[in-house]
Amino acid sequence: MIRFDSVTKAYAGTSRPALNGVSLEILKGEFVFLVGASGSGKSSFLRLILKEETPTKGQIHVLGQHLNALPSRKVPYFRRNLGVVFQDFRLLPNKTVFDNVAFTLQVIGKSRGFIQEAVPDALKMVGLAGKSNRFPHELSGGEQQRVAIARAVVNKPAILLADEPTGNLDPATSAGIMTLLERINLGGTTVVMATHDAGIVDQMKRRVIELISGQIVRDERQGGYQTQAVPTVQGFARPDAPTPAPSTSAFPLSTEVAP
Amino acid sequence: MRLGLILGEVANGLRRNVSMVVSVVLVTFISLTFVGAAILLQMQIGQMKGYWYDRAQVAVYMCTAVDTTGNCTQTAATQAQIDAVEAQLQSAALAPYIERYEFETHEQAYANFQDQFADSPIAAFVTPETLNESFRVNLINPADADILIESLSGAAGVQNVEDQRGYLDQIFSVLNAASYTAIGVAALMLIAAVLLIATTIRLSAFSRRRELGIMRLVGASNRFIQTPFILEGVFAALIGSLLAGAAIVAIVQFFVQGYLQSTLQATTTLVGLSDAVVVVPILVVVGAALAAASAGVAISRYLKV
Repeated sequence: MIRFDSVTKAYAGTSRPALNGVSLEILKGEFVFLVGASGSGKSSFLRLILKEETPTKGQIHVLGQHLNALPSRKVPYFRRNLGVVFQDFRLLPNKTVFDNVAFTLQVIGKSRGFIQEAVPDALKMVGLAGKSNRFPHELSGGEQQRVAIARAVVNKPAILLADEPTGNLDPATSAGIMTLLERINLGGTTVVMATHDAGIVDQMKRRVIELISGQIVRDERQGGYQTQAVPTVQGFARPDAPTPAPSTSAFPLSTEVAP
Repeated sequence: MRLGLILGEVANGLRRNVSMVVSVVLVTFISLTFVGAAILLQMQIGQMKGYWYDRAQVAVYMCTAVDTTGNCTQTAATQAQIDAVEAQLQSAALAPYIERYEFETHEQAYANFQDQFADSPIAAFVTPETLNESFRVNLINPADADILIESLSGAAGVQNVEDQRGYLDQIFSVLNAASYTAIGVAALMLIAAVLLIATTIRLSAFSRRRELGIMRLVGASNRFIQTPFILEGVFAALIGSLLAGAAIVAIVQFFVQGYLQSTLQATTTLVGLSDAVVVVPILVVVGAALAAASAGVAISRYLKV
């Protein structure tokens, strides 16, 4: 579904790469948390999947497409298979809830009939069936994020990328959003979520990939936000350490000690 | 569905950006009017060349009793000298270049002179003898005048051999200079128009950057994203070029055909509405193409994936 082969991404004018030799594979139907400090490369990782950036080194395959070789005129068609949700929602303030979700389908040329069916379905799925004529500023933060999620999934994407979707929300509302993402994941959509929310990660017990300074230091099934293992702490203390110990094997898989 | 959506976007963009759109309309209007004027001037020059070169003759002036220039020594050309020149005109060397020629006597020259300068006091002082007798030669190709000048200027009794196109070329060079000036002004104005269109489209794209960001994210094709902006530029430029076309037609109708025609009477042919009608589509196509190109370049920055 998503495969990175020793991917390095260095932005022009910076000495330290944002991602450094990252290799991983995410399978169909997985729910993956991407954790790590700010600047550890989470966003670069998501941008590479979206082909908003091209890797400096290494190969990326997403949905059977070799992204390095994907010509830019085909990128829009590739992106129709991905849904994206952001921390700041990115709704259009002058459009109603319905129009915000419908906009996605209009601009990729879907028929009016399809839009009339798909948009109410998506809004119902996120629990906003009765609010389709409201404007974004009339909704709470949690509701706005639900609109953004409806917009991301209305075209039934195979992969949903979420960049700190609960970053602006209180814990109760966040829990609601997570339930919704879990439901979407159960429907067969692969979900990749970058987050700082330790509580959510610990509670969900899903695959956790931890990045430090652009390198994967941990990749565990049913992991928590943090392992208390000493090498990880050292990794924090010395972000420019040559190579943090090879990922999963060095760490205990249990999360009992997680805070 | 998609067409309606795109046209809606275009209308939105134009409404949000009215002052910039108006300035684009005005700048394209002025610049294309200059382009049109330059084209019309070139057409006018072409028409006048066609008209006058047909009528332009090479005049072979024979000496009068008062002339001292050329081969004259204050004696009028004798009949023998006139016959010699005529014989040369009929000779195998010159005849192939000559369409026809006429001989103008003192009396005919006097009559023409009185006719041309009827209002002038000078007409009273001129007598037939002081006016040259001349051969008026129409050439098959007016450009061959030099051949005639070379072979006849040395002949006895010939005062001067004159190519009348010389007078016309001065008029044409003035008209040419005017048309090059118009082209120069038009070029500068067109550069301004192109830059202004690009700026307008950038502003329009900037005010819609949220929509553009989401469109790119959800996979709207590049063509779908850029078409509204290009249409916006083309629409504004199209209004400007149609105004310019209307201005050109009005200039031809009221200034050229109205004022100039009545002032110059029938002395020359002037460009007419049929010429203006040829110019208008040129202006419209130039305006639309420039607008499409500059808007396309301006929006391309927003299409990078």
